[in-house]
Amino acid sequence: MDFFIQILIAAVAMGTPLLFATLGGVISERAGVINLGMEGLMLVGALVAFVVMLNSGNYFYAIAAAAIASGIVSMIHAFVCLMLRASQIASGLALTFFGTGLSGLFGDKLMGETVEPLARIPIPGLHSIPILGSVLFNQDALVYFSYLCVALTWWLLFRSRLGLNIRSVGEAPEVCDSLGISVLSYRFFAVVGGGMLIGVGGAYFPLALTPFWVDGITAGRGWIAVALVIFAFWDPLKALGGAYLFGLALALELRLQVLGIDISPYFLKMLPYVLTILVLTLVTIRNNRRGIQVMPAALGKVFFRGEKH
Amino acid sequence: MRKLISKLIGVTLTLLLVSSYAWAGKPSVGFVYVGPVGDGGWTHAHDLGRKALETAGYETSFVESVPEGDSERVIRKMARKHDIVFTTSFGYMDPTLKVAKQHPDTTFLHCSGFKQSKNAGNYFGRMYQAKYLAAIIAGGMSKTGRIGIVGSQPIPEIIRHINAITLGAQQSNPNIEVEVLWINSWFDPAKESDAAQALIDNGADVIVTMADSAATVQTAKKNGVFAIGNDTDMAIYGKEAHLTAAVWNWDVYYMEAVKAVENGSWKPGADWWGLDTGIVGLTSFHPDVPQALIVKMNKEKGKILSGAMDVFDHGFTKRDGTQVTKALSDGEMLGMKYYVKGLISKAPGS
Repeated sequence: MDFFIQILIAAVAMGTPLLFATLGGVISERAGVINLGMEGLMLVGALVAFVVMLNSGNYFYAIAAAAIASGIVSMIHAFVCLMLRASQIASGLALTFFGTGLSGLFGDKLMGETVEPLARIPIPGLHSIPILGSVLFNQDALVYFSYLCVALTWWLLFRSRLGLNIRSVGEAPEVCDSLGISVLSYRFFAVVGGGMLIGVGGAYFPLALTPFWVDGITAGRGWIAVALVIFAFWDPLKALGGAYLFGLALALELRLQVLGIDISPYFLKMLPYVLTILVLTLVTIRNNRRGIQVMPAALGKVFFRGEKH
Repeated sequence: MRKLISKLIGVTLTLLLVSSYAWAGKPSVGFVYVGPVGDGGWTHAHDLGRKALETAGYETSFVESVPEGDSERVIRKMARKHDIVFTTSFGYMDPTLKVAKQHPDTTFLHCSGFKQSKNAGNYFGRMYQAKYLAAIIAGGMSKTGRIGIVGSQPIPEIIRHINAITLGAQQSNPNIEVEVLWINSWFDPAKESDAAQALIDNGADVIVTMADSAATVQTAKKNGVFAIGNDTDMAIYGKEAHLTAAVWNWDVYYMEAVKAVENGSWKPGADWWGLDTGIVGLTSFHPDVPQALIVKMNKEKGKILSGAMDVFDHGFTKRDGTQVTKALSDGEMLGMKYYVKGLISKAPGS
């Protein structure tokens, strides 16, 4: 039983950076802008969080600085795709390479420095619930913050006027434009706001998982998050389940070896991506039959003001 | 103003010319790396060797994070620029040979491979010897009688190291249990840390890492247990936990190889250098390591240095119970796929 709980705890720890990044990706893509720069943004967030933590010793400053730094770097993506109307795919890929290189360049001098990782804070009352309590409510502050972010993102997108506008510019930018809603402003807001959350996801690595800096610390998690946004069907609540499911796949790879269960690690490694393709295929077939479109209709399309398509 | 600028340019150009003349006699050296120089492990160790060449007055350059599948292009670029090219990952083997054929005037040296041509050779170090010695310390320091190993990629080189660690630990504690968890990657700090945690949860109190980052040392420190570092000294990441590290000192090889090319005595071959050359070694020990244990380790070290003994030359029992009585050849060591007795985990693919 303890072993089972440990797997779930590890799944939440592995899933938390994915969750932040996925929420960020959901906000951006709901507004119609694909972000393939997640890996780069996470690395920028990770580096800045580590540097600020090292110098200030304050977790709050570290997380805030990571969000701001990734927000600023996302502005490049926003500027290139929205103002210059360049390809979102190319710009996002460039952002990944840029973020990887930038963090490597400035992280060069940090070898050997370490910080104190975030401590676990049991939530009184809740943490004594059997199983769920020790898995979900005996975690560090950033994990609790991620729960809050899921709720806030959901509320923002589906219950607020701002969110309605964000989703509208992702579905029908021309209509929004004719109604006097500024497509570019909302998209800019979504890309930068989403980028900030992605940066917080990166910050989880040096602040909780591995409390030091090493080049490429996220080891490709940004790409898993790119798949997760699709897997979650651009929905913050499904992102929560998806991130923990993918986190579980990462945690299981090691735990199955402990149990001596012979499943190829390469199978588990490809599982997140296979699941994404599978779910996408099944749900899309079902939705096509019912005539529902889940993907934001204008996702990835360049918006030209006042032109017909 | 304009005069000043043109003067400055003139001076700079002259300096550049003079300095390039000064280098003309010495071969220039290029390096192709598989990881970033800041990985704190494998590539970092090679780059320390490159820096030693720079200090000795050789002109060098490097390209980092070169994917094995896309290495040919980079190796060719380096061959145009340099007299000697070192390629430092197993997967660069065939591309190195291909480029070597097209650039007969350049000398190529490939790390950890086994193919040669008239201007391309191989080099590697007997890291298993250093791992064996480090494990004597590990076995003596474990109170639970259990050592955990964070495995990287399941290839013969790493399996050889795991076996050397097990045999070394048995020198201090014949009943030691060794558990291995593979992360199936050379570098994934979060997973390395998770693997170390799982091994500690399972009862190990000394963790040996085969992966490139110091995440394992950190996790050991957090849990109040010991760790042994990999490839470079990882004590800076948690000196409370760091018993020692089995490290590469590539500078000894790089200096020798470059000098051999410089004076024309270089011949293609497969150099597998041992502990006696200094290419592998241990870093300083944790203050808690008792003197008696260090003496014991030094005794074994002396036997390896004098050539009286090597790790796999005096017989051992495989995990399945079969006896090996003869000394293993280099070829057999390079193709090792089985575990020795003492490992509680099963070898990958068995």
